[in-house]
Amino acid sequence: MLALLSRDIRLSLHSNGGSLTGLLFFLAVISVFPFAIGPDNALLSTLAPAILWIGALLASLLDLDRLFAQDREDGSLDILVMQTHPLALTMFVKALAHWLVTGLPLVLATPVFGIMLNLSFQGILATAGTLLVGTPAIAFIGTAGAAVAVRLPRGGMLISVLVLPLVIPVLIFGISAIRGALEETAPFTAPLLFLCAVTLFTSVLGPLAAAIMLRHSAD
Amino acid sequence: MKLTVDNMTLERGGEPIVSGIGFELAAGEALVITGENGSGKSTALRGMAGLLPLASGSVKLADETGKPFEGPVREYCHYLGHQNAMKSGLTVHDNLDFWRRFNGHPHLAVEEALEEVDLLHTADLPFHYLSAGQKRRVAIARLLVSDRPVWILDEPTSGLDAPSVATFTGLVKAFAESGGILVAATHLDLGINATRRLEFAA
Repeated sequence: MLALLSRDIRLSLHSNGGSLTGLLFFLAVISVFPFAIGPDNALLSTLAPAILWIGALLASLLDLDRLFAQDREDGSLDILVMQTHPLALTMFVKALAHWLVTGLPLVLATPVFGIMLNLSFQGILATAGTLLVGTPAIAFIGTAGAAVAVRLPRGGMLISVLVLPLVIPVLIFGISAIRGALEETAPFTAPLLFLCAVTLFTSVLGPLAAAIMLRHSAD
Repeated sequence: MKLTVDNMTLERGGEPIVSGIGFELAAGEALVITGENGSGKSTALRGMAGLLPLASGSVKLADETGKPFEGPVREYCHYLGHQNAMKSGLTVHDNLDFWRRFNGHPHLAVEEALEEVDLLHTADLPFHYLSAGQKRRVAIARLLVSDRPVWILDEPTSGLDAPSVATFTGLVKAFAESGGILVAATHLDLGINATRRLEFAA
């Protein structure tokens, strides 16, 4: 399993610059928002957590179609699913590798992008923290989506449509935890714990669903 | 060890492609499947490898006493399909090393396996530098780095030149002599004595 993790990380790092496209897309989304909102600093910093979350969400969806497509094209997927390891575990490791390469850089870039959006220090901390907890859930749900679409032509679009509605809870709890951190009256711990729960829950369900999909959509 | 395929039927989109195949292979025996293009050879092989759900029938693997092996049959199989299952960005060595570590039951070391297919000198080259025939030979080396009692091969020698084909038949012969079971779709004479033939009609 460690072999799969290091292989997937190396592949996406050096052959196709997976993390860079996600980051650049994130940057592009973040940079157009201030223009759309206009010269209102207070409004910008109010909206900043939401903008960062939506940017990170869209950037995470960007590379999902590559999660299985390349393995399928070169025949590796057949060999991966034949082995003794529980297929759900293989899927979990692939999702984890995907998050480490595409999701984690987004989290690390959040402080810089937060400054661009006039976000306070505490706001930056809260946004980066909730993204750190929440983006793995996007990767795990996305793995199931990618498994559904792997045998379909132009599956990338379908993955986004399938995955976006499912990640709404992640978005809701992420944003409410940030609000809790910034406002006196709103609760912080409860939404954060819910966000952790969603991530843990999807870390089991997502790979499991992906494994079932791959077993039954053979070609 | 005995591989039993009983009344195997496979469908694609509700249409039966392969129906009612049955055979038994003991250790050291080989089955060669021939037939026209589109007659369902690949489909049958993928069904045996557990990559396609069977519409009916069964594929079983049992030891000498008739006790079935634990777990699904696919876990005891090597499958070599049309694609080589190698990453073009990684080196030949890293590709084989990955499969050796991931598949478990390591057999030959990567260098030894490459030596068997005469490609040791390419170990540090990226996989995509290789010619089509060399790529196929690396894919054949994958069968050697981990130990599996059943080999399922789909046109294993496509793209190979005559000397490489001879090397390949030597390898499968050694595999059969060591007690392995071989199922292959090929028009080649593998030189294994206990070879059965199955001809698919289109």
